[in-house]
This record gives sequence, C-alpha cells and structure tokens, in this order.
Amino acid sequence: MTRKHRRLYILVAALLVFGGAAALVLAALDENLDHFRSPSQLIAEPPPLDRGIRLGGLVEEGTVQRSEDGLSVVFRVTDLSESVAVAYTGILPDLFREGQGVVTTGNLQSDGTFAAREVLAKHDENYMPREVVDALKASGQWHDGEGGHSEGMTQ
Amino acid sequence: MIAELGHFALILALLTAVIQGSLPMLGAARGRADWMAVAQPAAILQVVLVALSFAALTYVYVVSDFTVINVVENSHSAKPMLYKVTGVWGNHEGSMLLWILILALFGSMVALFGGNLPPSLKARVLGVQAWIGIGFLLFTLLTSNPFLRVFPAPPDGRDLNPLLQDPGLAFHPPLLYAGYVGFSMAFSFAIAALIEGKLDAAWARWVRPWTLLAWAFLTAGIALGSWWAYYELGWGGWWFWDPVENVSFMPWLLGTALLHSAIVVEKRDALKVWTVLLAILTFSLSLMGTFIVRSGLLTSVHAFATDPERGFFILVLLLITIGGSLLLFALRAPVLKPGGLFSPISREGGMVINNLFLAAACATVFLGTLYPLFLEAVNGSKVSVGPPFFNATFVPLMVPLIFLMALGPLMPWKRADLAGVFSRLKLAGLGAVIAAGITLYLEQGGPILAVAAMGLVGWLFVASLVEWSDRIKLFRAPLGDSWRRARNLPRSAHGMTLAHAGMAVAAAGMIGASVWNLEEVRNLQPGESMEVAGYSYRLDGVEQLEGPNYLADRASLTVTRDGEEIAVLTPEKRLYPVQNMPTTEAGIHTTWVSDLYAVIGDSDGRGGWTVRIFHEPLVPWIWLGSLLMVLGGFVSLSDRRLRIGAPNRQAKAKAAPEPESGPGGHPAAAE
Repeated sequence: MTRKHRRLYILVAALLVFGGAAALVLAALDENLDHFRSPSQLIAEPPPLDRGIRLGGLVEEGTVQRSEDGLSVVFRVTDLSESVAVAYTGILPDLFREGQGVVTTGNLQSDGTFAAREVLAKHDENYMPREVVDALKASGQWHDGEGGHSEGMTQ
Repeated sequence: MIAELGHFALILALLTAVIQGSLPMLGAARGRADWMAVAQPAAILQVVLVALSFAALTYVYVVSDFTVINVVENSHSAKPMLYKVTGVWGNHEGSMLLWILILALFGSMVALFGGNLPPSLKARVLGVQAWIGIGFLLFTLLTSNPFLRVFPAPPDGRDLNPLLQDPGLAFHPPLLYAGYVGFSMAFSFAIAALIEGKLDAAWARWVRPWTLLAWAFLTAGIALGSWWAYYELGWGGWWFWDPVENVSFMPWLLGTALLHSAIVVEKRDALKVWTVLLAILTFSLSLMGTFIVRSGLLTSVHAFATDPERGFFILVLLLITIGGSLLLFALRAPVLKPGGLFSPISREGGMVINNLFLAAACATVFLGTLYPLFLEAVNGSKVSVGPPFFNATFVPLMVPLIFLMALGPLMPWKRADLAGVFSRLKLAGLGAVIAAGITLYLEQGGPILAVAAMGLVGWLFVASLVEWSDRIKLFRAPLGDSWRRARNLPRSAHGMTLAHAGMAVAAAGMIGASVWNLEEVRNLQPGESMEVAGYSYRLDGVEQLEGPNYLADRASLTVTRDGEEIAVLTPEKRLYPVQNMPTTEAGIHTTWVSDLYAVIGDSDGRGGWTVRIFHEPLVPWIWLGSLLMVLGGFVSLSDRRLRIGAPNRQAKAKAAPEPESGPGGHPAAAE
C-alpha cells in the first residue's frame, strides 16, 4: 500500500459516494420542488395539475367558510388583484385569520380551485412571509408599513 | 446606568479583543515571548468584560427596565421570572451577546488550562479566537446593540413571542450556541496550525475534546429544539427540514465527521489536511447557522423578524471568515506533512468512509437548503425544497453509513480482515433478523423497506454492544472479571458504545415516527369519543383558565384501551393578550413505545370542538437515543487521556502512533 495507492483508493471512494449523492440530488430536485405562485400568476399561467405549488397571499376578508363539522374550510387567497379558492381539511394554524398572510402548499385542481395539504401562517404576527410581500409588490398592492414587516421585533 | 455600563463593558471587550488578536500573533511570528504572553491575561479580561455586559443585560430584563428598547420589545412585567431571564437570549441582540459570551468563555479556558501548549501555538489560537470575537463584537455594537434606550419609556413591554415562553426553548439556544461556538476551538486550532505549518498528534489531542464537547452540546441543542417543535407547534412532527433546522444540522454532520477524523490524526498521524479542512468547514457552517436565517436570506417557518441591513454586514463577515480561512488553507495545507499509511480495509479506511458519507449527506442538505436562494438569484423563480427532497437524498445516504457504522469499531488500525470482522458480527446479524421480525409481526407486513430499515437499526444496535462486550469478555469470563475489565476500559470506549447505540435507538425512533404515525381529525361534542390505533379518546369537556400572562381553553380527553383508562390528556389552546397571539399546547402521554398526542382546534360554536389525535410510534426513542448520544459524548470527555487542558505531555514531544493491542488479542477498538 503506497501513498499513491491510498490516494487513488480514497479518490475512487469519494467519487462513488459523491457521485451517488449527486445522482440522488438531481433525481430528487426534478420531482420534489414546490414552486411559489401568487394568485395572479396561478390564473395567468395555470401549472400542470401534478406540480407542487406554494400559493401565497392574504386570506381574503369575508371568504372563510367552515364546513358543518368544522373540519374542512374553504377560503380565498388574494394578492389584492386576483384571488383563488382554496380548500383545506384539518386544523388551521393558530395565526390563521382573515386579512393575514398565508402560504398554502398543494395542487391546482381541474376546476381551478386549489387543494391545500398544508397551510402556514407565520408565527410572529408582525411578520409577513417574504414571498407574500413580493407577490403583493408584483401586483402593485404593497404599501410600505402595511405588514408592519420591519417594525415590531427589530429596532 | 446599568445598561450603559453593559454597553461600555462591551466596547472595552472589543478593544481587548483587538489587542488579543494582534500583539500575540505578531509575537508568535517574531518569536517575542513577552508579546505572546499578552494573550493569556487578555483572554481572561475579555471573558470578565463580556460577562459583565451580559449580566447588565440580564439585570435590566429581571427588573423590567422599560427604558431599554430591547426589554420593551421582548419582555413584559407580567412574564414569569424564568422567561424574563431566558428572554435575554430570546431575541436577536441578546442572542448575539450570548454567542460572544460563550466564545469568550472558551477562549479563557485555553488561556487558563493551556499551560502545556507550545507558547506560539497557544498565542495563535487565542489570536484567532480574538479575530472571531472582533467580528461578532463589531456586529453587535454596530448593528445589534441590546443596550439602546428609548424615550419616553413605555409603561410596559410587548412581551416575548409566546412560542418562546417554554422551558424547552429556554435552554435550546444556549446549548445550540455552545455547540456552534465550540467548533470555533477546532477552527482556531486549525488556523493556528496552518500559520504554524505544523500539525501533530498533540494538536489532535487538543482539538478532540473541544470538538467532542461542541458536538455533545450541539446534539443536545438540536434534540431539544426538535422536541420543542414536536410538543409546542402541535403539528405532531419532530423535524420539518426547515432551513433553520437544516443550518443547525449541517455543522452537526460535519462535526461528527471531524470528531472521527481527529481520532485518526491523533492515533495514526494521518488525514491531517482533511481534518484541518473539516475544522474550517464545520465552523463556517456554524457561522452560517447563526446568521443565515436571521439575515433574511431564507424564509423559514420559524424565523425571527429579519432586517436586511444586518444581512450585508453578515455576508461580509461570512465572506471574510470563510473565504479567508479557505485561502489560507489553499496556500498552507501543502506544508503539512502527510502521515501514516493504511490499507483501505482498516480502522482508518472506515473513518474515511464515515467522513465521505457524512460529508456527502451534509452536501445534500446544503444543496437542498440553499438551492431556492440560488435559483432565485439566477432566474428569479421561487421554489421551495420540501421534506420529499431530503427523504430522497439524505435518507439513502444514511443506509450504507449505518450498515458500515457497525463494522468500523471492530476493525484494527492499519489493516483489517473483513471476514474476521463479519464473523464477530454474527450476533448483530441475528439482531437484525429479530428486529425485522418483530416489526413484521407488529405491523402485519408494513412497508417492506421500513421493515428492512428496522433490521438495519437492530444490526447497528447489537453490533455496538458486541464490540463493547467483547472487550470486557462479557459472559465469557466470570462476571467479576468482566466488571474489572469494564472499569479498566477507557471511558472513551464506553462513550463510543453509548453514542453508537444511541444512534441506533434514535434512528429506530425516526423510522417508526415517519412510517407508522397515524393522524385523525374529528369534531367532538363533550362525551363523544374517537378511536385511533386501538386507543379510544373521549372528550370530557373544555374549561377556560387563566395563566400568569395568557388565557387558555383546556380540553380534557380520557384515553382508554379495551375499557381500561390509560391517561388523561389536557391539550390547550392559549391566547397571549399582549401580542394577541394564540398558541397550541399539545397533550401528550408516552408509553415509551409510542406517544398518544392530542391537540384541540377551534370550537364550532355549538359545543363541539375540533380534536386532532396523532398516534406517534417510537417517537420517545428519538429523544432517548439523542440523550444516549449526548451522554456518550460526556462519558468520552471524562476520559483521563482527553481531559480538557491536560493532553498527554509525553505524546506532545513526538507524534508517535501508539502501538495498539487490546485485551484478549483484539486490537483495541473504540476511541
């Protein structure tokens, strides 16, 4: 076992392990990405139904409707120019409120509604998801200070 | 007044750090012993000043001094005392101060106990520590000063984020930071060795205990954070592959690799360049862990509020530290002499494989965490990388690692005989079959991959014990004899067994929790019940209570199995009026084989409540396994040969690899 042999062996082992890891990453990146869309984008360019989508925006005022048993909920997510109906079954996060920023993960359905498997509202009530801020800015509906984003927790 | 004193002490600490970072470094370069000697008192003065500053901040929190902005924003007079104190680091500014305090503490320990280090190495290590300190002190003083006043003072504070008012999270940041900062020791030693151009076994003897200490703290910190997320968020999950979790996990992965490669440097004087690189990368990832979420670069499920102005400072700091140290590495690494030779099938070879897999796993987590950032910079599209990505990349890399983890400790240094190793692992094979068999029986089939995974975990668990029991000749010699052998075994051998077995236990928990968990949501009227996994949950009622600074709806659920009462769960939904923020408190009963986990949602206004029940098999094992790993770390640390500050003086003289021949002709394993 000379130094050269050892180096060769380590090199081959490293190539195998890292090559394997790279292959796994490439395969997984293709299938497992959730793409962020605002309601306007979702309506303008509907993505394939099997594509994982993160839909972000504000919960439109007056649209939250709970089912009889209280388990399912339908609401509209808006970027203040377009809105999309979202259906979700389960317990909503503590901070879920009308007018509050949310990010929902799920798929677009063939009838144009959005089936969410996860609904996130941010933990800090002053905090607006960055993606939602960007979506609001894109739709021209963002006004500085609206979300109280940079005040509150920081100086 | 007190706040100004704290601020002033912090400025003095910065000045001290500048002296500590310059004079001893110059002294080491010019061979001036008197200049190098400055490092020691400077490091001690440094910790005293930072401690004063930290005490001042704690004081203004304890007395609720609402003339200080930081207290106003993160505290409230009605908050329980525990959370007034932990609120000190429950915010950005205070947590930076905590970081600096821990850094200064580590530095002072080198100053106090480093008497037997070569003077130039000691001076340089303390100098590098001071450089890190300068960066953080500047950052804190310029962008995150916790001592700023506000005028006029508001009558009361805005309270700490209620999610952080929890015993689990109270001690999560200090542990995590002790881990992050602990890796700064390995980093400082690595940089000092590069400047010095010399790296020997004595170096590794110093780096190992610090790495071990940092690793144990980081393990505990991550586990505590995960436990908190599990019971506090009410989502029934314990790990979400959220960026903020990933950034703490990456240094853990590389730190684990470093822990192992440092052993090779110490014992065999090999893998030196790689170990130095690992030390640099591990600390770089720790810095990222401290900063990246706060800088607002990544959105996270549980990020603090962010401030883009700090982001720039942070990026510059990261660039200088990481770029500078990697540049130094590129220039100076060839100076380090290559060390001992070994065959691919050997203890050293095993460590190389361990390092490769851990580094590759870390790389996949790194890619998954930063890919969205990268993609957005390139073409502006916003994506997020969720758990499925990590399950498809990280998990497959862990499978061979866990399989080989059983082999490594059984292999002797230099050259091993694979057939011999496997013949000693017959029992582990049996363990694998039994674990898979039990799983198959209990789950009536279950996904076949999960059954195989449980078998793999059984393999690792038994193999860890086999190595240990072989060394003490358990059941092969009289018990008294085994006891004597066990007592003579180095503590680090016990530590390794505990940590490896703990890994197996935790892995079993992770598999169980992700494969066989059940979740059911129902709307229940008081008196109604629902059935999950053979347990019946009856909603007895929901009462309203008032806590010290919150209001709560507390449900009472009686859990029965075959008519026999098992437990009463009391999940709560709390409202903290100061921040107008609701939180969830899960009701959990553990049987040690599974957790019965209940959360209540909203009332439907007609007497019914949304109840969400999780059945979480094996989740308690995750915490149990983590605890074993941490325990293993501390048991190893207590090894006489590794005692902090007391590296073997003889070994320091010359980097002589120790001859290895363990009891009973077995090559000594387990370091």
